[in-house]
Amino acid sequence: MSLAPTNADVAVTVTPSPAPSDGGSGRFNINLRQSGIYIAFAGIVVLFTILTGGDMLAPQNISNIIVQNSYILILAIGMILVIIAGHIDLSVGSIVAASGAVSAVLMVDHHVAWPLAVLITLIAGAIIGAWQGYWVAYFGIPAFIVTLAGMLLFRAITLMILGNRGIGPFPDDVRTLANGFSSGYFGNVGLGALGGADLFSLLIGLVAVAGIVVTQWRSRAGRIRYGQTADSLPLFIGKIAVASLVLMFVIVQLARFRNLPWVLVLLAILVLGYTVLANRSVFGRQIYAVGGNLQAATLSGVKVKSVVFWIFVNMGVLSALAGIIFAGRLNQANPTAGNQFELDAIAAAFIGGAAVQGGVGKVAGAITGGLIMGVINNGMSLIGAPSEQVMLVKGAVLLAAVAFDIWTKRRAGASR
Amino acid sequence: MSEAILRMRGISKTFPGVKALQDVNLEVLRGEIHAICGENGAGKSTLMKVLSGVYPHGDYDGEISFDGEECRFAGIRDSEKRGIVIIHQELALAPNLSIAENIFLGNERAKRGFIDWNRTNAAAADLLRRVGLRENPVTQVLDLGVGKQQLVEIAKALSKEVRLLILDEPTAALNDDDSAHLLNLLRGLRDEGITCVIISHKLNEVLEVADRVTILRDGRTITTLPSEGLTEDKIISGMVGRDLDNRFPPHEPTIGEEILRVENWTVHSPTQHGRILVDDASFTLRRGEIVGLAGLMGAGRTELAMSIFGRAYGTGISGRVFKDGKEIRLRSVREAIEHGIAYATEDRKRYGLNLIEDIKRNVSASALGKLAHRGWVDDNEEYKVAEEYRRSLNIKAPSVMSVTGKLSGGNQQKVVLSKWIFTDPDVLILDEPTRGIDVGAKYEIYTIINRLADQGKAVLLISSELPELLGLCDRVYTLSAGRITGEVPRAEATQEGLMTLMTAGQEARK
Repeated sequence: MSLAPTNADVAVTVTPSPAPSDGGSGRFNINLRQSGIYIAFAGIVVLFTILTGGDMLAPQNISNIIVQNSYILILAIGMILVIIAGHIDLSVGSIVAASGAVSAVLMVDHHVAWPLAVLITLIAGAIIGAWQGYWVAYFGIPAFIVTLAGMLLFRAITLMILGNRGIGPFPDDVRTLANGFSSGYFGNVGLGALGGADLFSLLIGLVAVAGIVVTQWRSRAGRIRYGQTADSLPLFIGKIAVASLVLMFVIVQLARFRNLPWVLVLLAILVLGYTVLANRSVFGRQIYAVGGNLQAATLSGVKVKSVVFWIFVNMGVLSALAGIIFAGRLNQANPTAGNQFELDAIAAAFIGGAAVQGGVGKVAGAITGGLIMGVINNGMSLIGAPSEQVMLVKGAVLLAAVAFDIWTKRRAGASR
Repeated sequence: MSEAILRMRGISKTFPGVKALQDVNLEVLRGEIHAICGENGAGKSTLMKVLSGVYPHGDYDGEISFDGEECRFAGIRDSEKRGIVIIHQELALAPNLSIAENIFLGNERAKRGFIDWNRTNAAAADLLRRVGLRENPVTQVLDLGVGKQQLVEIAKALSKEVRLLILDEPTAALNDDDSAHLLNLLRGLRDEGITCVIISHKLNEVLEVADRVTILRDGRTITTLPSEGLTEDKIISGMVGRDLDNRFPPHEPTIGEEILRVENWTVHSPTQHGRILVDDASFTLRRGEIVGLAGLMGAGRTELAMSIFGRAYGTGISGRVFKDGKEIRLRSVREAIEHGIAYATEDRKRYGLNLIEDIKRNVSASALGKLAHRGWVDDNEEYKVAEEYRRSLNIKAPSVMSVTGKLSGGNQQKVVLSKWIFTDPDVLILDEPTRGIDVGAKYEIYTIINRLADQGKAVLLISSELPELLGLCDRVYTLSAGRITGEVPRAEATQEGLMTLMTAGQEARK
């Protein structure tokens, strides 16, 4: 099939306009807005590394940050899609609790094999998501109301299932997924002054770096072949080098501690998968179209209701996954599990650059937003700050992030 | 009357990378109606924003003197205090408040901090009488049509003791009756001593109402002329910097077989139970043909088009649609697109574009499937396609990565057209494709429409501008109060004839 415009000869009788050179200031603004979040993240990490005398980046602590925040990050992935579509989900904390309870009843009380139990729990999450998606998309109730009701409903269901007790312990496999590490399949290698590290983890890290280099290089080559603007070679190499170094640093630290946490592997797969979904799939594009201008999307033939419906189904499934991991980590399904998780997930999305009106946001941004909060939590507890101070700082960061976003937007708007 | 109330001298305003205004001079005489004409992007709105304090003093170069005193406004409140009031193209009324509340919004008739409702409503009633709007002041604004809302805005301006009233495209969204009423009102205000500045693309109205005309082009003042002895062509040549011998590109149609036939199409209102919007309408389109649909505001033109386009509007829709002689069912927008029907909306900002996204993603929005393999979009192909449309339709933007919200109206319209051309339709319904677009871009849009017809597509052109229909269409249907009242071939069509048909049967139905 030819992809060229079938009507290239609609050409107007005007000399083709030479692309006017873009003002340098405009490009800088855009870059600042997009990369501000990553710079801020790096700054916060450096700050706490100094404040904690290097403890922040110690092998065990890096591992802790990942494991302790994994469920929030999983929720943030779903939440960013909901927010891009112009909606919100306040019920995810309660879904986490409900799905933890369902999985516990299946695995502990009824001794269902864990893979089947996990599958059933995820399906239960999908059904919960479908329930909310129906009211939002097809019945037309604002998501704020539907999910506020859901927050109560699913917490109530959790209490009905669990009564006032916790159910545990979970099977070892589930605990390993939530809390465990890859085994040292190939033994250890010495890294000189750094001591011994797990060879398997290091190899995985090298494969990941190679993967980044190859895919980024091919993407850049494709853009150049199509005559699009691409980063200059030195800038490109610089970016890749920084990314690879950061990744390898994290992997080396993890390899020195207790190898790769399984949730990190799971998270990596989810982040990659959902990034590609958001950027490259027809469905992902339609999410942005719906959030950017609902009416225009409708009149462009996007099945708006179906898109919104499936976004909530997806949110339900990811909430159920987070619920299983959270319960597995505590080794108990708990009636109060997931309390206020929705707020952390929403904050992660907005710190990560999502727009309140919808239509804007990135999976990588939401993950970074979640990590920023995780690092603040972790770093402040390392330096022994009381919890009210942690709350204070997190609140200020959320406000500052969104204020910065609006400020850059306004500046970009004023240059019209 | 020859004394100047407003002098703007040497106004320059720069945005990053763009000189929006360069050394602009404007002199408005006391008690005149002064029109400002210019293509989109010529700097008209920017100039008015400088005048009204939206861009505060210090943000621009040059001097403004009003009533002989130099002005340095820090914001809109300052300029309003001096009696300069601007009414923007997009009306700024709160729909859920009453007429009276809107008129005195921010300027409440209050006693010790509490609103005096009797005084508010009585004063509002007085103002409504002055602007000739027969409505109860407690009516909610959302129950009013655009024309009446415009009058509320003017009443609001009068409540602020306006001395210089600026109207940005006041009649763009109005039908002919409402426009005529508005222009009459402006004349009345002039006679009361209120000076008016109007920005308008409708040159016939400019000539009808204005005393003097200032023409801007590319951020500079070209000239100021008395409207006496001025013609539309003279204004246009000043605006575009060249003589436009012909506002419509020449076109020899090659008309083929029938491609679309609509029979007995009836549409009911989704909000007002039992109200019929389109009543038993039937029409046909042929390959290579440009067919006009003329009708006054509220005649049901958009409702007819959108209901055919996959039932995107209206309820209780009945009737049959045939394409190439075979009956087709269009139950959703998706199905309409798959059957080769495209509908470019009259309101491109609200219904046509995702303004926060770039050109590329807007162009591909309706036919992403063509760029995808198994659900995955090929970014590079998307770029290539969009880039080809940018060139062939002459979309003026640095690249297809430019955000559509920042383009001018004409270029936004070209993006909308690109989007629909990319779906490779057989039938294009274009709803007011040149609304709010400057003269040069209009010519380009007309050229595109002609080319589409030459490719064997059928175009249904909905337009409020009768000269446009006469200049472009091979055949024109007239719609009045939801009924098709006439079908006129090009050779027999005149503005007067169409207008008669467009108003036919209106009285009988009331």
